[in-house]
Formats: sequence, structure tokens, C-alpha cells
Amino acid sequence: MHGIQLGSIDYLLLFIYFAFVLGIGFALKRYTKTSTDFFLSGRSIPAWITGLAFISANLGAQEIIGMGACGAKYGIMTSHFYWVGAIPAMVFVGVFMMPFYYGSKARSVPEYLKLRFDEKTRAFNAVMFAVMTVFSSGISMHVLAKLLEQILGFNYHLCIIVSAVIVLVYIFLGGLTSAIYNEVLQFFLIVLGFCPLVFLGLKSVGGWDGLVAKLNTVATSATNPAGKALAPGAWTQSWAHMNSASANPMGVEWFGMVMGLGFVLSFGYWCTDFLVVQRAMAANSMSAARRTPLIAAFPKMLFPALVILPGMIAIALHQDGGTFLPKDAAGNVDYNMAVPAMLAKFLPSGLLGIGITALMASFMSGMAGNVTAFNTVWTYDLYQSYIKPGQSDQHYLRMGHIITVVGILLSIACAYVASAFNNIMDMLQLVFGFVNAPLFATFLLGMFWRRATGHGAFFGLLSGTLAAALHHGLTLPVGSTMGIKGGWLCGGHVLHTYPVDMAQNFWAAIYAWSTCFIVTIVVSLATAKNKTDDELRGVVYSLTPRIKEQGIVWYKQPAVLGVIVLVAAIILNIIFW
Amino acid sequence: MEKKMSDGMRLDVRLPIGIMFVLFGAIITIFGLFSDPAIYERSLGININLWWGLVMFAFGAFMLIMAWRAAKKNK
Repeated sequence: MHGIQLGSIDYLLLFIYFAFVLGIGFALKRYTKTSTDFFLSGRSIPAWITGLAFISANLGAQEIIGMGACGAKYGIMTSHFYWVGAIPAMVFVGVFMMPFYYGSKARSVPEYLKLRFDEKTRAFNAVMFAVMTVFSSGISMHVLAKLLEQILGFNYHLCIIVSAVIVLVYIFLGGLTSAIYNEVLQFFLIVLGFCPLVFLGLKSVGGWDGLVAKLNTVATSATNPAGKALAPGAWTQSWAHMNSASANPMGVEWFGMVMGLGFVLSFGYWCTDFLVVQRAMAANSMSAARRTPLIAAFPKMLFPALVILPGMIAIALHQDGGTFLPKDAAGNVDYNMAVPAMLAKFLPSGLLGIGITALMASFMSGMAGNVTAFNTVWTYDLYQSYIKPGQSDQHYLRMGHIITVVGILLSIACAYVASAFNNIMDMLQLVFGFVNAPLFATFLLGMFWRRATGHGAFFGLLSGTLAAALHHGLTLPVGSTMGIKGGWLCGGHVLHTYPVDMAQNFWAAIYAWSTCFIVTIVVSLATAKNKTDDELRGVVYSLTPRIKEQGIVWYKQPAVLGVIVLVAAIILNIIFW
Repeated sequence: MEKKMSDGMRLDVRLPIGIMFVLFGAIITIFGLFSDPAIYERSLGININLWWGLVMFAFGAFMLIMAWRAAKKNK
């Protein structure tokens, strides 16, 4: 690897950042007196802050490194993860779902499931979610440590300990507010840290037109990441090559992508994942909660320029000579090194410190987001509900502190487990497929169909999760061996082989969602309603009075903002068609 | 109850952000002024520390002004 040499100025900047992160925790300590302060920021944060935290919490390992890697591997098609795989879902959760999350006064997503359905649905979701967040947080930590070891020669174990301790301290002291404030800080750091990188990178390849020309030679070369010559625009046109899976580097056709990623995975994540929904729940009013994901959508839409473009530039530079990106232990090109290689190539000492700091910030925010979501779900949905109900608020606040420590320790354990897997993105998609994909069907039916029952929701979720597992166990991507990649149910004699694992993930999600949707409807119709209309007021669409957005200026109204966001996303898709 | 609801924002987030970026901007700008021009070979001959340092400084200052205005309004 191109070793990166940090100068003393770079270390100085890094330490200043650490000091501020910890300082925010200490400054917020005296405002964190009740469990509501600790877990929900006392529902007191303005929309622009929760909005930036909303995307920043998601800006963990998969974003900076994974998206850079995908940018190199798949080119501009990676922006589908944003323009198709995030924006529509973010608009949907803000405009249509937030009224029920925020209005029901639920303190967490599993708690909403309890208000809407029953205890067992909540318990199922809470346990799955807790496991998933600990894993995500561990993966984030592992990736950070491995990266720093690789590019800077830092000690792996030391990196894990330092990042864990810093995140622990600031969450322990300031709870969710501390996490949100740091996420906003990290957001600006990432934007300001990566802008010069993109500027210099683009300039070096002769601007966008120069990049397109270079990437056309990548696309038509037989030695490109796809391993076969494709049409010239395959790396720079996001839709034009999606008619068949074999015509584009990602190996997915438009239907699998739009349904699997754009509908199931994306809505499953942005609309039901407590990690992001928690940020909106901390907002200071219903209107602010609804605006949270919409405000987040604007920067989110432009993020491909910051995180995918460097990867695309990296593969263009790699094409000349084939030495820009290093090889991994198995001798394959290591795409995860795309962003670090760009940092090493273009940023001089000084800004390099900012770039490395931004990288660390992104990992820490991803980790902190998971830890705050985990401690809330544990304390409210598992501990208070099943282990020790009816204690004082101070008791639960103390539990919050304890479980934050436990959560971090579990994350560390998961970080070491995660060393066994090498592709973060696939790993996360796998977990999301199992846990999140069926969930959106449950919420859709729960919020908009009042006949859905507790039994229906529970068995729907269960069968949806099983369907994802079954699909994974019966299929394999081409050229993979049985195991984590799939096929474990049939001894490798799989029913179907996908061209790439991405396609397998998308289809697993589609099957999981459909199974959950159908089973929930069938079981609901066969079982009696378990909640009265009165209990469902504010929880289900048809029993909730419409929100009147009076006295709010037009540009702050969720519906108006939502339309603006969608139109802007469509324009971006057309420009880069 | 009302009092408690506003507790979370008693520390304006723009304050730490502003201070940090003013500091970052100042350090990098000054470093850009005095550093060896040879290190800017990688950044295509542009003294990117100097220019981007100024941008970060301006951003930090803007955040501080916003925080200061909000504090004045609350009084």
C-alpha cells in the first residue's frame, strides 16, 4: 500500500478533533439528568440538526470506504444507492410515516410495534435489532482499525481501544444529544475534508469530461473490475446499461435493482431502522420530526460526488499502469483502498490530517449511532419491558449508562469476529436483508391497514426473516463457495446462481418482503383484532386525524419539501442517465 | 416541563463546530503560508492548505456568528 506519512501538523489536527468530541460530551453532561434526556435528547433538537445527524449516523464504514470501493468497481451506478436507494424512502418516512412514529409518543421503533401490534412482535424486533446494531458497530470499528493499520501503520488493537473509549466517553456523558452533536460536527468535517480531494482528483484527470474519457477506456478494457469488456459508458451512465445484468459492472438488471434496492432494502432501512428514526424522534416538534429526513435528503443526494467520485477517479488512475490500487493478500485488486489511495495521492500534509480525521469521524459516527440506538432499545424495549419494569427514572438512566459500556464491549467482540469477513458492504447487506427487508411490509400494513393484527405481524415477520435465510441457503453468486455467501442448505447444489452477490442480496430482500406481506395479510384475516380503535388512534392512518400544517411557511411544509426533493433526485438521474 | 424541554439546546451546537473550524482553518492557513512549496507537488502545484484553510476558517466564523446571533435573540 502507498503508506501515508502523517506529519506533526496532521497529528495536531487529529488530537484537536478528539478534544472537541470529548469536550462536547463533557459540556452536555449537566443537561443529561433524566432517561428521556439520555435516550431521546428530551425531544428538544431543531430540525436542521436532527436532519444532519440523520445522514451522519448512517455515514459509517459502508459509506466512505464501501462507496468509494463501489465507485471504483461499479462506477456511477453506485449512486443508485443514493438516488434510488435512499431519497424516495427518506421522503416517504418524513411525509407519511413520521406522523405515527412521533405522534404515537413511542420512544423507539420496537415500542411503536408494541403500541400497534403486540408484545411478541416488539420483542422479536427488539432482539433482532439489538444484535444487528452491535454487529454494525463492531464492523465499523474493525474496518477503521484495519484501515489505519494498513495505511498508517497504527496498531490494530490500539485503534480499536482508542475509538471505543472515545465513543464510550461521549455517549456515556451526553447520551443521544452528544451523539447527535458529534454527528453534525462529523458531517461538516467529512464534507469539508473531502471537497478538496474531489476537486484535485477531478482536476488531475481533466475535469468531468476527462474522467468520462478515461472511464470509457476502463469500461471497454477486458481487465476492468467487471473482468470483461463492456460498452464505453458503463462506468459513467447510471441507467443506460441496466437492461440486462450482463451489460453493466454491477451485474444487476433494473427490475432487481429498483425493487430489491429501491423499494425493499431502502424503505426497510430508512423507514424502519431505529438508528436513523431515533434522530427524527429527538426533534423538538412533529413538524421538525417530519422535516428531519427531508432536510437530510438534500445533502444525501449530493453525497455521491463526495464518496463515489473519488472511487471512480481512482479506477481511472489505476487503468494507466495498474499500480494505483494495491492488491490484497489473495492477489486481487483491493478496492477498499480506493479512498485512502486518493488521500495519499492528492492531499499534502495539513489537509491530509483533515482527510484522515474526517475518515475517523465517519467511523466513529457510524459506531456511536449504533450504540445509542442499541442502548435505547435494550433499556426501554427489553430491560424495562421484560426484566425490571416499574423502576424509577434514575434506575433506567443508570441502566442506560451500564448498557452503553456493555454495548461497546460487545462491539469490540464483534469487531474481532468481523475480521473473518472481507467485504463489508455484502456483509451489511446480508444482515439488512434478514432483518430489515421484511420489516417494511409489517410497518406498511401496520400504519395503513387497520385490520392487521398482532399475530399477523409476528408470523409475517418471522416467515419473512426465514424466507430471507432460506433464499440465502439455496442460492449462490457465481464462483463462490458454500458458506457465508450462501448455498449452505443444499450442500452447494443450489437452486439458482446469481451473476454477483449484490443481485443475490436484492432478490433475497424481495422474497423476504413479499413473504412477510402475504403472510401478515393472511394471518391477520384469520385472527381477531387485538387492539381497539381507541388504542390505535394516532398509530394507524385511518384512525388518526389529518395533520393541519397551519402557520408553517411553505418551504417548511413536509409535503412541499418532499416534492422538491423528489424532483431534484429525478433531475440528477436524468443528467447522469 | 417546558424548561426541561429546552435543556438539550442550551449548548448551541454551532459553538463547538464554529470554534473547531476556526481553529482548523487558522492552523492550516498558517501552515500553508510557511510550509515548503515542494509538498504541493501532489496537489497539482496548488497551495491547497492556504486556500482551503481560508474556506474552513470562513465556515467556522459563519457558524460562530450564527450562534452569537441566536444567543442574543434568546436574551
